[in-house]
Amino acid sequence: MTAAVLSQAFWLVFDPYVLLVILCSAIFGLFVGAIPGLSATMATALLVPITFFMPPVPAIAAIVTATAMAIFSGDIPGALLRIPGTPASAAYTDEAYQMTLKGQAEVALGAGLVFSAIGGLFGTVVMVLFSPGLAEIALKFSSFEYFWLVVLGLAGAVFIGNTSVLKASMSLLLGLLIACIGLENPAALPRFTFGMNELMSGVELIPMMVGMFAVSELLRYITNLDPPPIIATENIGNIFTGMWDLLKKYRWPLVRGSALGTIIGIQPGSGADMASWLSYAMSKKFSKEPEKFGTGHVEGIVESGAANNSSLAGAWIPAIVFGIPGDSITAIAIGVLYLKNMNPGPMIFVNNPQNIYAIFLVFILANIIMVPLGWLTVRVSTKILRVPRNILMPIILLFCIVGSFSINNSVWGVTLILFCGLVSFVLEENGFPVAPAILGVVLGTMMEENFVTSMIKSDGDPWVFFTRPIAMWLAAGTFIILLWPVATWAWDRWRQPQLKT
Amino acid sequence: MKFSDTLMGALLLALSLSILFTVQQYPVIPGQNIGPGAFPGLLAVLLAVCSVILIFKGLKDSSRVAWIEMGGWVKSWFHLRNFLITVAGLVFYIQMSDKLGFLICGTLILSAMMWALEVQARRILPIALITTFVIHFIFYKGLRVPLPWGLLTPYQW
Repeated sequence: MTAAVLSQAFWLVFDPYVLLVILCSAIFGLFVGAIPGLSATMATALLVPITFFMPPVPAIAAIVTATAMAIFSGDIPGALLRIPGTPASAAYTDEAYQMTLKGQAEVALGAGLVFSAIGGLFGTVVMVLFSPGLAEIALKFSSFEYFWLVVLGLAGAVFIGNTSVLKASMSLLLGLLIACIGLENPAALPRFTFGMNELMSGVELIPMMVGMFAVSELLRYITNLDPPPIIATENIGNIFTGMWDLLKKYRWPLVRGSALGTIIGIQPGSGADMASWLSYAMSKKFSKEPEKFGTGHVEGIVESGAANNSSLAGAWIPAIVFGIPGDSITAIAIGVLYLKNMNPGPMIFVNNPQNIYAIFLVFILANIIMVPLGWLTVRVSTKILRVPRNILMPIILLFCIVGSFSINNSVWGVTLILFCGLVSFVLEENGFPVAPAILGVVLGTMMEENFVTSMIKSDGDPWVFFTRPIAMWLAAGTFIILLWPVATWAWDRWRQPQLKT
Repeated sequence: MKFSDTLMGALLLALSLSILFTVQQYPVIPGQNIGPGAFPGLLAVLLAVCSVILIFKGLKDSSRVAWIEMGGWVKSWFHLRNFLITVAGLVFYIQMSDKLGFLICGTLILSAMMWALEVQARRILPIALITTFVIHFIFYKGLRVPLPWGLLTPYQW
């Protein structure tokens, strides 16, 4: 890394246009996150059609900023309505609501804001320190290692944190099969196109994501039978009061949550939701006063609030180093990078390091401006929560239509959002998670390419996948993840009869 | 709308079998043992295996689950109607946007949905018109997306 690269990156970010994009997407992210039913993933999906028209750095800056903000502001309806604004806040929603009932809404929200920012910065520091080194290792990888990396990532997406591994696997396979559609395969044969010209170039990512994450969430809102929520309090004091004391008191939970969040983020397939659930559980386990958890105790909010934001940065490490997304948000972002011909992977560190350092800078900037902007959002939060959703949702639908139309200037995009929205709505109603499918779609082409290239290189001998040194370790890792559920199941089976006797 | 696991498994099994069948028709590349059908074929086999397991799982506790179970929202006319209106809005845009143009379609879709979601009647049309024009301005002028003019072509700006 040279000073020249850094200053180039600096000027890429501190350009008035990019700064304006960051500011607008920050406000957008804070707003979307604060509305219950609109998640951080949906914020990304709605942004993508607009980023389509931007150069790479502002496009990525918009996604990074909006998601970081949305993950924080998801805490607001959690504390005031007892409804998490995004799934990443669900772990401590009850806790925050209990604090609000005790008249401590400002402490819950303040902790959410300050420790989100610190967690986000922690994850960013890890990303800055480790990704260049990892990229250097990744430069030595061949198709065998890449194949295993993709499989490892997809295995993680299926086996970690899903209630039904079977359904998650099927969802992943469907995603991989969707990626097979079109001409883009090693043999350049049009597959599964049903004679439709629109399908020759494959299913376009952007309309598909808008359909899967925005239209399906809209349909879920429309079919939601829950009564409208009631705002618990109007009086929110200064959210920064007492934060310094909390910081001193809970510095270890803060570090623990940030570290765990970053690691979970790096692990492909599990993102901010998982990070916040696991670190909340961990916080309770290691706490000196676990009996207070669930009664309006701030400790868990400190730890998992930091964890869900640090996981965002963590998820970007495999995304930019290997091109393998760590969660559905980075999967969308990678789709955008591909469209910009800025294919993620180790070569980007060699060819365009200034772009990578610009992304790092955006992360730092986003987590810093989160504090003042978050404070403002909390100030107007009761007004945001009163935004009539029966007006907002139709507008979002029209926005989805225009956004998907604008990718190719044809109604084919609108057809895709309708189809993908309906399919993912039905799949989710039947307990099939959607995140593995989107990872499958994004990674399918890469997986097939590396699989076929490797098989051709080895003259059809699959053993080569296991005999190269790094590939062997990656394969071992994959099989540990794959066989873990089988092993625990067998262990339980073996133990149970013994317990009975 | 919840399908029983057996039904879901059967549907996906049918899908994977039809993929396997399609893949058989793909040409073989001479001198190579890996053709364009290999990867989707492998995926289809895996999907078929998963589907069979799902079918068996479904059969095991089929006593409790109906083949198709309607969610609570299907029984509530209000929610079912709104769901249908949302889907119809998208279909309407796909079918009619070229003929009617974005401004007319957008206003109609917004008005229909806001009416369905019980926005006050006198507020519907103004909000729908303003929003459609703002979105049109952003995408047509700002991002230069050629949104269709349709009926309003003589008045385009």
